[in-house]
Formats: sequence, structure tokens, C-alpha cells
Amino acid sequence: MTSAAPQSVPDSRGRYGPFGGRYVPETLVAPLEELERAYAEARADQSFQKELDDLFHNFAGRPTPLQFASRLTAQLAGPRIYLKREDLLHTGAHKINNALGQGLLALRMGKKRIIAETGAGQHGVATAAVAARLGLSCTIYMGTEDMERQRLNVFRMRLLGAEVTGVDSGSRTLKDAINEAMRDWVTNVRTSHYLLGSVLGAHPYPQIVRDFQKIIGEEAREQILRAEGRLPDHLFACVGGGSNAIGLFHAFLGDAKVKMLGVEAGGRGKSLGEHAARLAAAEGFAGARPGVLQGTYTYLLQTADGQISTTHSVSAGLDYPGVGPEHAWLAERGRVEYTAAGDGEAVEAARTLARIEGIVPALESAHAVAELIRRAPKMGKDEVVVLNLSGRGDKDMEILSRYV
Amino acid sequence: MSNSPTSKSSGENVASARAGARPATEKHAGRIERKFRALADAGELGLIAYITAGDPSLEASAKIIVAAAEAGADIIEIGVPFSDPVADGPIIQRASERALRSGTTLAGVLELVRNLRTRTDVPLVLFSYFNPLLQMGLEKFAEAAASAGADGALATDLTPEEAGEYRTALQGRGLDTIFLAAPTSTDERLARIAEASTGFLYLVSRTGVTGTREALPEGLPALARRIRKFTTLPIAVGFGISAPSHVSVLGGIADAAVVGSALVAEVEKAASPDAAAIAVAALVRVLKNAARSGISRRSNTLEIPAAE
Repeated sequence: MTSAAPQSVPDSRGRYGPFGGRYVPETLVAPLEELERAYAEARADQSFQKELDDLFHNFAGRPTPLQFASRLTAQLAGPRIYLKREDLLHTGAHKINNALGQGLLALRMGKKRIIAETGAGQHGVATAAVAARLGLSCTIYMGTEDMERQRLNVFRMRLLGAEVTGVDSGSRTLKDAINEAMRDWVTNVRTSHYLLGSVLGAHPYPQIVRDFQKIIGEEAREQILRAEGRLPDHLFACVGGGSNAIGLFHAFLGDAKVKMLGVEAGGRGKSLGEHAARLAAAEGFAGARPGVLQGTYTYLLQTADGQISTTHSVSAGLDYPGVGPEHAWLAERGRVEYTAAGDGEAVEAARTLARIEGIVPALESAHAVAELIRRAPKMGKDEVVVLNLSGRGDKDMEILSRYV
Repeated sequence: MSNSPTSKSSGENVASARAGARPATEKHAGRIERKFRALADAGELGLIAYITAGDPSLEASAKIIVAAAEAGADIIEIGVPFSDPVADGPIIQRASERALRSGTTLAGVLELVRNLRTRTDVPLVLFSYFNPLLQMGLEKFAEAAASAGADGALATDLTPEEAGEYRTALQGRGLDTIFLAAPTSTDERLARIAEASTGFLYLVSRTGVTGTREALPEGLPALARRIRKFTTLPIAVGFGISAPSHVSVLGGIADAAVVGSALVAEVEKAASPDAAAIAVAALVRVLKNAARSGISRRSNTLEIPAAE
């Protein structure tokens, strides 16, 4: 098997094979180097890990359960399905893991102000909560289209004391929120930490975010061994930037027999602009080629002359033209399979899970559920699946109500 | 030293680390080098004018750039529009959006360069984000830019560490590679930036994005002095340089001032391409007068790092 040891990437230059790196305006290089140093020191510091573990346990609600979804398993008449319940975490998604880790890093670096972008609002809410908990001031950038479709989360962030700034440029979604957060950071770099929410951006962000999320897979690995006495056959996770997916996958990368599936947003069509499938190109989604956006070299949805394309997904958290560089590398090596589920399938999957298991998933996570529903009938009954239920659907009630 | 896999050219370029002091026999001095020599001989601060290509059309840009050069701009930076200009403030963001709406591509911008080269001898520097260059292919871009008559390029989101192939491709075609230095750059980085740069070094005056500002940052003279320890290349200062009063004091600090957003704002306000060309030329004239009548490079001791 080609599967490398989990710790082998990135290299010292932040490369995952050819992907990753650090493509930023010069002003941001020194702060990225500072962050890299601070993170290396924190990793070697027992007290940092102890403080993070305490916050994970007492503030966020870790460990999360690995629930056997017995009714969904029976209904699909396929593999034994387990749900990693990240949706039960404080603030409603896995995003709190990374927000806590980076929040503590900001404290270590003496930065009193946090900047973050948000798409669906889950990372923004998690960051706002962490900033409040740690006594840091907080500015969140959010595309105005996303503010419209995730209004409840905008209110939550403001309730938590964050300043939410609408971004009206470009596609008015996650990509543009990241641009504006980077502009704020480049301006206030000496006093502010940019708390990037996914395994994206310039080195060392993809590594830091992965490391703070890998607890998902570490817990799930132990839990499934306890429940089934063996490793799972398949892992399922949705992939926007890819932090919940890498968080689940990472602890299993050395287990050659564990197959992994990342589910992107198929949106409403295969032509450029209608989807957010960067790695599922084999299925006919147009426009994905490697390129440089927002600090990293990875697969991007773009035009022939290198302009970044608009994207579409019913879920704001997957509606982004790039994907984490480690996913690009895992795809290129064939270690993880990437596919896509469409808007309609995701909504239908959310309804199915709600009625059968009593869980309303976030529309992002519902993409993974949709793909599982599609594949389960062809899988053996003795097979075991772990699906990362990365977030809960409370924020999506308005959108879901339009379909029901 | 860096052993980076992408810095393939670093070894051979160490020899020309002091590129500004490079003997003229090594290669023909390019337009940029000749221009800075002439400015130094005249004791004059250079004025670099930035214009976004394709805003509102490539034809309009040609008119505006020729007018700016005739009005006294010493070097023109031609902005290649990009969908995600993270280093730019609102004025250049809007210009990029207008340019992309009018269908501007990198290939089109290179045609603009070819067209300009038949009409003016002003040095032309392509100012881009990295992705459009990468998608064209770095070799192909370098060949096309050189044959069109461009003199150099700057990629805003490309640092020397990631620029190995880029430098090889561009310098192989005789194009200057200009890199940014910033207030946050460490001495170690300034040395690396100086080594990778040819033509001139672009000093970002402040932490922030492009745009018009009221005043120059206080730390700028000290920052420029720090950089002079690492390079003999001319230093151009940009980001927030928008008023004649900024330009008139820069002569004591730098070799050229880059003005972008203030000129692009004139294009935005103008009712027609002809009106834009007139307005840009008028502002260039005012700025160039300020550069000529302000503190002279020759009369100022700041340029002598030995004073440290």
C-alpha cells in the first residue's frame, strides 16, 4: 500500500506532495513564521495540551459518542453504520475543536484580537464562543449571501459578543469572507490572530487545523475497536475545505484496509459555477485544476485563464472553490476517494436521518449521509461504516423548511 | 541556507545577488535599470504609475497608460486583474471587477503590452497575482511577456521561497523579477528578497492593503534604511502613496514612489476613456512635479548606509 505514516506530511515547507506551500503577500510571512514557531512550542508543552484537553472536555463536550445507527442500518439493509456525533459538541459542530486550539495559541502569542471568516456560520459561532470564553475580542467576516441564508448564526455570533462584518464582494460567500479576513489580518497583523477555520490557507494553517481536528478520528478509532472489535471498512465525511474529513481520516491513514470517502457538494449541475466538486472531477464536474488561491496550491474551480470561479451549494459550508491541500494529495495518491452529492440528495438525506434516527444533521454533513444512502445497498451486511456527523442542522431550518 | 526544492536557481543567482551593482557587460542594461540610472544621475525621485489593465477596457488602458507616460510617469505597473485580490483595498478591487467584467484575460493584457511597446519606450512591469501566471504556464508567460516588450513582473502573493521556477523562467527571458519587502520582514527575509529581486525592490510602506491614505507611516525612513543594508537595488515605495505631499518627502527615503489607487480612482470617476486619460495625466503631472521639487535623492544623507 502507498499509505504513508500519518505524520509524514507536510514537509518543512508545508508541502503535501506538490500541494500546499505558502503563497501570501510578504507582510504575512513573518506572522506565519511566528505562528509556526508558537505552534511547535505549544505542541511540545504539556501544559498547553492539558489546558486544551480540559476545554475539550468541560467546555466543548468531548469525547463525542460514536453511535450505532441501528434504524438507519436496518432501513438501508447494508453495512453496520456508526455516526461520530460531532453535532453534539458545544456550538453545534466540530469547528469548536480547532477554535479552541487556535484560541489558546492566540493567547500564547499575546494576540488580544481574533479575526475569522465563516461560511455556514458554524466556524464563526465556535470562534465567537471561544473568544468570549478566553476574553479575546473577535471580528467575523461573512459573505452577505451567507448572512442571508444563515441568519440565526449571525445572531448567535453577535449574542456571543463578536462583531460580524458582511462582505459584499465577489460571490458574497466563504471565499470572499476569507479574502476580507486576510485583508484585515494584513492590516492588523501585529495585534490580531487570524483563526482560519478549515485545513486551507498558507502553511502552517492546514497542519494546525488538522492537528486540532484529528481528535475526531482518534476517538472514533478507539470507540469502534471497543464496539466492533475491529477497524471500520469505510469512513464517510463531507468535504468543503475538509477539516472534519481530515479530522476523521487522519488517525486511520496508516490502516491500509480502511477505505475513505470524501463527499463534496455536487450542487445543482456539473458545469462550472453550479457545484463545488473540486476532487470528484472523474464524475464529470467541470473546472477543477491545481492552482494558487488564498495562500495554498491545491485543486481549484477556475476558468481557463486562472480566475477563480463562483460555486454553488445548498450548504454554505461546502460552497467554496478550493479544497485543503492534504485532500488534494490524498486524492492524487488514491488514498481517499472523492465523490459528490447534489443539493436535492443532501436535503433528502437530512430528512431521512431526522425521521429514522431522530437527528437533524447540518446540510454539510447531510452530503455524506446522502452518499452513504446511495452506496449502502451495494455494501455487505458484515461491513462497518463510520460517518462523521460533523454538525447539527438547527442553523438550516429556514432552508429545510423550503423543501419540506 | 535554503535547500528548497523549488528554488532551483538559487545557486546560480547568488553570484548576481547584488544585481543592482551588476556590471553592465554581464548583459544589456534593461529599460528599468537604465531608467533608474537616469533618475539617479538627475537626482530625481522616480514616479511609478499603477493602472489596472482592462478597466474599463483594454483600449481605454492603452490610452490611459500612454497619457501617463507622456505626463512623466517613469515606469508603468500594469495590473493584471484577478478575481481574489487579497492584497488590494476597495479601489483596486473594484477596478479588477470592472476589468474582469469587460472580459480581460492575461493573454489580453500581454496584447496590450505589445500594443504599448509600439507607442512608448516607458518601462512596463506586469503586476499580477500568481494564479493567472501559473495557469498560463510560467515558461509560456515569460516568453510571451518578453516578446511583447514587458520589462519585468511582480506577483503579489509570491515570495522568494516559492519562486524558484518563476525566477528561472523570467530571468531566463531577460525579465526583471521584482519582489515585495514589508515592514514585518525580518533581516533574514530582507536578504533573501534582495537576492531574488532584479530591477528594483518594492517596499510595502505599511502593514495593510493598497489604498489611499492621509499620511506616510512614521517608521518608513527607518524601514528603508534597514533595507538598504541588504541591497544596492533601487527601492520603490508603494501602498498608500497617494498625494503630492507624500511624494515630495519620499525623495529622501527611496528611489521611486508607486502610486496606484489614487490614479485608479481617477479612472473610476471619469465619464469616458478619454476623460480618464486626461485626469490620470493631470494627476501624474502634479505627482511628478512634487517628485522633482521635493527632497532630492542626491542631497540626502539617508541613502548612505555607512552612517549606521
